[in-house]
Amino acid sequence: MDKSSSCQNEKRKPALRHMGIQSVAALIQNANFKGFFTGKIYTGAGKNVCVPGLNCYSCPGAVGACPLGSLQNYLSGMKFRFPYYVLGLLLFFGALLGRAVCGFLCPFGFLQDLLYLIPFYKKNKFFADKFLRYLKYGVLLFLVILLPLSTPLTPAFCKYMCPSGTLSGIILGLWNSSIRKQMGSLFHWKLLVLLIIVVTALIVWRPFCKYLCPLGAFYGFFNRIALWRMHLDRSACISCGACSKACRMNIDPSKKPNSMECVRCGDCVRACPVKALHQGFCSPVQKKES
Amino acid sequence: MSAFIKKNRAGLAVILLALALIGYGLIKNQQKSVLNKAVRICMECVGLG
Repeated sequence: MDKSSSCQNEKRKPALRHMGIQSVAALIQNANFKGFFTGKIYTGAGKNVCVPGLNCYSCPGAVGACPLGSLQNYLSGMKFRFPYYVLGLLLFFGALLGRAVCGFLCPFGFLQDLLYLIPFYKKNKFFADKFLRYLKYGVLLFLVILLPLSTPLTPAFCKYMCPSGTLSGIILGLWNSSIRKQMGSLFHWKLLVLLIIVVTALIVWRPFCKYLCPLGAFYGFFNRIALWRMHLDRSACISCGACSKACRMNIDPSKKPNSMECVRCGDCVRACPVKALHQGFCSPVQKKES
Repeated sequence: MSAFIKKNRAGLAVILLALALIGYGLIKNQQKSVLNKAVRICMECVGLG
């Protein structure tokens, strides 16, 4: 085997390991497998706890609660109650992992990764990309917080946008004729949103995470302080630009290793020829010291 | 260990705050409303209104 192909294999292995972690996480969060074949959702104690990623609790496989749905449920209640429990869980996941939740644990992020593997026209760098990224903060502020707060019983993000919920609706509709009969203009709107995301995910890497996901926007605030972080050994960095070239979120990890946009996919770590980048709870220097 | 705490002061502080919020939420039985919402099909989420 020549040197370049063995090098490619070395790079592929961690990428496969990453996808392995993503698939295991998606399976654990959707471990009610029989629900997929009966159209009945899980009603056990697991749903006392919110999962870290975007995974609709109405998905027949879901064994946990959706953090965004639970948060909006509190905010849009007839009588306002502060969501101590849900906010605590969100802060916990954020401060522990930051957007590593998006890169490793989110089933919808994993789905987009799989879609991007389909051979198709790819374009990750374009003019509007920089501006579209601000959309997710608007979605977080208006659809997840302000609208549910001002309009009782309206979880606006779940109702008008969440593609994970639409997928759940499709699966439930396959098994339940009464659900199929109730599908009207709102479902068609959500189906359109899902279709746009799916088609865009064939061209752009993780468009929902980049532009729309309010959960990613929230976790992004913690990327700099989260215990799971990117560590850059500046003394080892040769500024070759390989990391920024490899980054599909269009970040320059040699300048901003803990950017709010970084989902910890690890592409830059694998691309670095001098192993100056590392992600984890401890930097390699700290590990050596301990 | 102390170097780890020093480098992660902000993150650890937020985790402590998060644990306090979770604890207070549990005292107020807030996990029950999460469960009650999650064990029923959410009509808004699946696009039925």
